[in-house]
Amino acid sequence: MAKREVLIIDDEPQIRKLLEITLQSNGYVVKEAISAKEGLIMASNHPPDLILLDLGLPDENGHIVLQKLRKWYTNPVIILSVQKSEENIIKALDNGANDYLVKPFRTGELLARIRSATRASISEDSDPVISCGDLQIDLTARTVRKGNDLVRLTATEYNLLALLARNEGKVLTHQYLLRAIWGPGYINQSQYLRVFIAQIRKKIEVDPNRPECLLTESGVGYRFLSK
Amino acid sequence: MKAGFTIGLKKRNQYWISFLLVISVSLVCYGLTPYMGYRVVALVLLVTVSLIAISFDILPVLFAAALSAFIWDFFFIPPRFTIHVGSTDDSILLIMYFIIAMINGVLTYKIRQAEKKARLKEERANSVKLYNTILNSLSHELRTPIAAIIGATDNLQLNKHLSNADRQQLIGEISKASLRLNQQVENLLNISRLESGHIQPKADWCDVVELVYEVVRRVEENNPGRKINISMNQDLPICWIDKGMLDQVLYNLLNNAAIHTDQGSKIEIMAACHIDLLEVVIQDSGQGFRMTNQKDVFQKFSRERKEEIAGTGLGLSIVKGFTEALGGNVELKTDGSGTRFVLSFPVRTKYISIEHG
Repeated sequence: MAKREVLIIDDEPQIRKLLEITLQSNGYVVKEAISAKEGLIMASNHPPDLILLDLGLPDENGHIVLQKLRKWYTNPVIILSVQKSEENIIKALDNGANDYLVKPFRTGELLARIRSATRASISEDSDPVISCGDLQIDLTARTVRKGNDLVRLTATEYNLLALLARNEGKVLTHQYLLRAIWGPGYINQSQYLRVFIAQIRKKIEVDPNRPECLLTESGVGYRFLSK
Repeated sequence: MKAGFTIGLKKRNQYWISFLLVISVSLVCYGLTPYMGYRVVALVLLVTVSLIAISFDILPVLFAAALSAFIWDFFFIPPRFTIHVGSTDDSILLIMYFIIAMINGVLTYKIRQAEKKARLKEERANSVKLYNTILNSLSHELRTPIAAIIGATDNLQLNKHLSNADRQQLIGEISKASLRLNQQVENLLNISRLESGHIQPKADWCDVVELVYEVVRRVEENNPGRKINISMNQDLPICWIDKGMLDQVLYNLLNNAAIHTDQGSKIEIMAACHIDLLEVVIQDSGQGFRMTNQKDVFQKFSRERKEEIAGTGLGLSIVKGFTEALGGNVELKTDGSGTRFVLSFPVRTKYISIEHG
């Protein structure tokens, strides 16, 4: 398989250097842009497999860069930012970011997020079975198994889990999930989401209090992690 | 406290109160004219003006002085009901009355000014002291990890004879120092959010059980080897509260417990929900706080055992600030055999049954 290409758009030389070393030593081809303008040109000239985008660029707000990118760029975009407010994260995800990492971040975490973002973009409609540990979700047969046992889920529980599994690795915001599962009238009814997620965890996780498949992104949403 | 009283009352109210006091005292004296001489009335009025001078500003005092002088002249000095004064004695008395009343006002003003000056000076001294404390604490807390990072990287770059084990150890030190630096910056950002007064809790439905396990996981991760006991009912209702702020409060308290107690001591977190109250208790079996005054413990930059353990002394003041911003309350009970923080938050709660979902 050809090496994946990653475009870094960040004005801080130290961060770029660090990312370059980390990514190259993990088998990625790295390209770097130091401004929004340069980043947009490089991305359109030769679309990379993934973009790491900083929100605090000198020449243009990162949210706007993201909106511009998303008009035509369909591969994953991961935001790296010092901004950790939930509004910012939700805004970026709503604008089409696949993931959001707050600086400072751990290298292991970054690599895991990149892996899961690129994997998701490849397995778009190929693999109907998504697994996490000994949990298997068969999207065609609409069944969930834990080891050899069938997990009994209600229709809503299954729909919620399947939606998250289909977007494995990607954070889905509370509003997105509420709208998709319950409908537009329910986007402020976050209490349902809390309760259903807790209920699903009881059925699929080894220890529902230390979830490994259905993870919480505090204040933002949930993500399904396949393993 | 008098200063506070003066500032607390608006000028206009001071005039009204002075006016009413002088008038009512005069009325009482007027009713008593058959039994007391008009010269005694002057003394009574003078006492009234002096009393007014104790707590009011200069202008209302001068106003009271002028008003009472006029009243005494018009209603009491013979011939009554004219401003004309009958005898030379009375003329001198009236002038002296007026002068003494004025002096009252001026002296009061001078005392006020002196008080204000002293207060300002004291405030300035306090802020200089606080500034120095902050500077000392911060420069130590920020420079120590920075020094560790610079020292370790210099060694890695320049020292060609390092063994592999040494190398690993230096890298470990860099990692530890940068995490510590990150924690300090986090605390500073939080305290400045609190200080700016722009902290607005954003409540949403929160699964407290999930939150507690998540915080405990992070504390255990950052304090390897420490184990935190969780005891709570798994069927807690969901609560309407700012999850991020509650998270920070619980993290700071648990992390404090993990840092400031020995490996062997127990740390425990308990949560319970009543109809409209979320209660969280965090306790440890460590050596407890030496500060007995609760206020001191939650003060910014107040620290115990400074020499032994690193910290900026911001953690607990963030706990208190965030808890209060959430409308809640935090209490500390401590003795030689442990520390116990009791947090309570007023919340809306909800149980949802989803069996039919």
